[in-house]
Amino acid sequence: MNTPLRRIDREKLVLGLAAPLLALVTALAITSLVLLATGDDPFHAYQVMVDFGSKSDSQVWILNKAIPYYLAAVAVAVGFRMNLFNIGVDGQYRVAAFFAAVVGGALSLPGFVQIPLIILVAMVCGGLWAGIAGYLKAARGVSEVITTIMLNFIAGSLIGYFFQEGRLAEREGNLIRTPAIPESSHFFEISTRVQPINGTFVLAVLAGVAYWVVLSRTRFGFDLRAVGRSESAAEASGVSVRRTVVTAMLLSGAIAGLVGMPTLLGQSGSYGIDFPEGLGFTGIAIALLGRNNALGMGFAALLWCFLERTGTQLEFEGYAQEIVGVMQGVIVLSVVIAYESVRRWGVKRQQRMVGEELAARARRTAKDQDKNSAEVSA
Amino acid sequence: MPRTGTTGPPARYGLPRAGPADDVPVRGECDIPASSSSAVELRGITKRFPGVVANHDIDITVRRGTVHALVGENGAGKSTLMKILYGMQRPDEGTIAVEGEQVSFRSPADAIARGIGMVHQHFMLADNLTVLENVVLGAEKAYGIGARARARITELSEAYGLAVRPDALVEDIGVADRQRVEILKVLYRGARTLILDEPTAVLVPHEVDALFGNLRELTAEGLTVLFISHKLGEVLSVADDITVIRRGTTVATVVPRETNPKALAELMVGSELPVPETRESTVTDEPVLTVAGLHLTGLDADGVARDLLTGIDLTIHRGEVLGIAGVEGNGQAELVEAIMGIRVPDSGVITLDGADVSQAPTRARRVAGIGYVPEDRHRHGLLLEAPLWENRMLGHVTERPSSKGPWLTARDARADTRRIVEEYDVRTPGIEVTAGSLSGGNQQKLIVGREMSHHPKVLIAAHPTRGVDVGAQAQIWDQIRRARREGLAVLLISADLDELIGLSDSLRVMYRGRLVADADPATITPEELGTAMTGAASGHLEHGEVPAAPAAPAVPAQAAPPAPDDAAPTPEAQKEGDR
Repeated sequence: MNTPLRRIDREKLVLGLAAPLLALVTALAITSLVLLATGDDPFHAYQVMVDFGSKSDSQVWILNKAIPYYLAAVAVAVGFRMNLFNIGVDGQYRVAAFFAAVVGGALSLPGFVQIPLIILVAMVCGGLWAGIAGYLKAARGVSEVITTIMLNFIAGSLIGYFFQEGRLAEREGNLIRTPAIPESSHFFEISTRVQPINGTFVLAVLAGVAYWVVLSRTRFGFDLRAVGRSESAAEASGVSVRRTVVTAMLLSGAIAGLVGMPTLLGQSGSYGIDFPEGLGFTGIAIALLGRNNALGMGFAALLWCFLERTGTQLEFEGYAQEIVGVMQGVIVLSVVIAYESVRRWGVKRQQRMVGEELAARARRTAKDQDKNSAEVSA
Repeated sequence: MPRTGTTGPPARYGLPRAGPADDVPVRGECDIPASSSSAVELRGITKRFPGVVANHDIDITVRRGTVHALVGENGAGKSTLMKILYGMQRPDEGTIAVEGEQVSFRSPADAIARGIGMVHQHFMLADNLTVLENVVLGAEKAYGIGARARARITELSEAYGLAVRPDALVEDIGVADRQRVEILKVLYRGARTLILDEPTAVLVPHEVDALFGNLRELTAEGLTVLFISHKLGEVLSVADDITVIRRGTTVATVVPRETNPKALAELMVGSELPVPETRESTVTDEPVLTVAGLHLTGLDADGVARDLLTGIDLTIHRGEVLGIAGVEGNGQAELVEAIMGIRVPDSGVITLDGADVSQAPTRARRVAGIGYVPEDRHRHGLLLEAPLWENRMLGHVTERPSSKGPWLTARDARADTRRIVEEYDVRTPGIEVTAGSLSGGNQQKLIVGREMSHHPKVLIAAHPTRGVDVGAQAQIWDQIRRARREGLAVLLISADLDELIGLSDSLRVMYRGRLVADADPATITPEELGTAMTGAASGHLEHGEVPAAPAAPAVPAQAAPPAPDDAAPTPEAQKEGDR
């Protein structure tokens, strides 16, 4: 009984390592080929990237940049775990950041009250915005893919309506922005020898831990995963699929609401025309890359930012700027394909081992029973 | 390789065999060398298959022009073997010979080219096409799609007495007719050897008789039929030879006249069977589950509102097994879902142990003591990609040992899964393997073990032993009987009439969403029950009572009232009557 079980466990580990390794090697090989095809030296390019990426200011840049990416990935992953494709993280975090900025700019409470309040407003706004899609899915069966994409556009228009002088924004020189959040309500920073690290790093870590604990250690997480694996079986087991859909969308949206916080509370202090867009879509890629795993998404976010950071340097070295985009795409594809093939191979192998084990056992008992059956048929 | 079976002279028990050319010579030993008298020969087939039971050392000789039955527990490897023969799987070792010639199939297309066709257990027909279109689909090259194809279909249909109507829409015809279309499809593609995978599972008794009539016509014309089943009575009545498969290998080949169901069953499980009949009533007068005035309407495929359940009243007492008989699709699934709270009925009261649970959600009902063995374990009973211990939590995640407060207690759940695996004889190398890699019987034992572990007051068991081997079946019956002795109330829904009669304390017949008749399982016969299932009888069924009408026409598998092909006897129904 024990031996095959241990073998399966050890296999799990080997398979777990095989997939990322396979993906990395494949991605490197393909990228090298692309570079070679364009007449460039791939190894020099990698050299440049590693050298530049390991500089301490690059490290801080990568870390800071990874925070919103990671939060976006977690938001997407909550949906993925129950087969919901929340493409609307982008709209959700922008709506959340905008209204959080408005609330933050209108108040001047002590920081320890106002910061949590701003974050809460962002989470509520993000949650509600995603909740619309959740409600439509649960009540009317509308695909969340469609509604979240449409809500992204509606989010843009909604912000555009309020984001005007005399409404919720004000003019500051040539720029229009929401009233600035008081300095006391900015998030703390962790200072280093170079630039400081954004304190919202803590927020990302907390979100990651909460994601892991809730999904794999709680009843609610079990229900959510059960729905993701088989809606019909979950329903029959007593999970209210509709309620779980709405809750998961609310949760996903609430985490999406955090995506704008590093920028709002750490850098800009207000929502302006230059507020970052498209973080939600990067989040999808990172969730895929990290296989919806709390730790994996962390590494994925860092890798992504490493590529973004070093890509700029490649330009100085005469490489085409687009090569980084190619690399990112190739990596996502390699990872998804590698994981899926390794998973399938693992399942097959496991089944074969189960089969062999039982066949061997059957053969042993069959020997004993041959005598009996001989008597029976005689 | 053990081969303990009897190998007698050719078997021909009064079956009409008007076949002109293919008169089979007297058979000698079972292990005769490849000769043209055998349609198919499998020698030493071994398959290390992704699944629980591997095939090993399979030897089968199928004589041309016979019905050869393959019986065995589910999970014993019958279906795998047929997939190998049909080119869907390749064997790791062993040889296949068709008409004496060694072959190697890479795909079903190769098998079809060699004249081997398969009728799957689940029909593969396009509902919105006609019979003709379904038959021609994918085989357009053979006879075109016009008059030539029609002529060929009519010719085949008449030659083998299949009586199909080429222009009927498949969605309008009954289950038995669909099966005949499947057989025709295979014949149309030039098959000389037909594999039928559990063909009787979906049929009521008189449809089974009609099917067997068709099979005899096929063999009379020199065709060969490989018939997979685990219903021993049927096998004994239709087969010329029977090969028994146990735990992945052939253990015996016997002829029906020299064996009996009991001996055959014992060959299948490899040990003496427990006797299913001995019973003493444990029924009390303490109602546990009461359903009163249950009414449910729903939309059918065309979006028309129809009554799915009408005026259902039933009471199950402590220690009672209430069996519901009926052709599938007459509202049994809806009744189960209404009791489980998965469907919301329009009206009616469901009372569990004195408490009204009509409005309670599914989870509350399960916690209150309703155990559930669903009809379709893959869709409703298991998370196939999840390990066994997570499946142990499914449906009971709010209870010990799955969780404490909001937190999962994986360690306790794992320990309890090991206990279930041990106590319920779930054959698996461990609890970390996924539920999907177990065989059907073992999956079902896990589900039954899981539900019983929470000591339900009432167990809703929908087809608890469907697709389950004889050994597991006996174990599941034992579990139900033991729990019944301890006061469990059981609602048993089954298509297996022997199971219903053998296990139930009282029987109700469901027809088109109503409970139309009741019967005493101690006196009723499967035939009488089968007749009542077609709607031909109502009220209290007495043994020996002459049913109101002779064998009713083919019953459409739908609960919906006015169905066109039910109103007047169709040509083939009359034909069946004549037979």
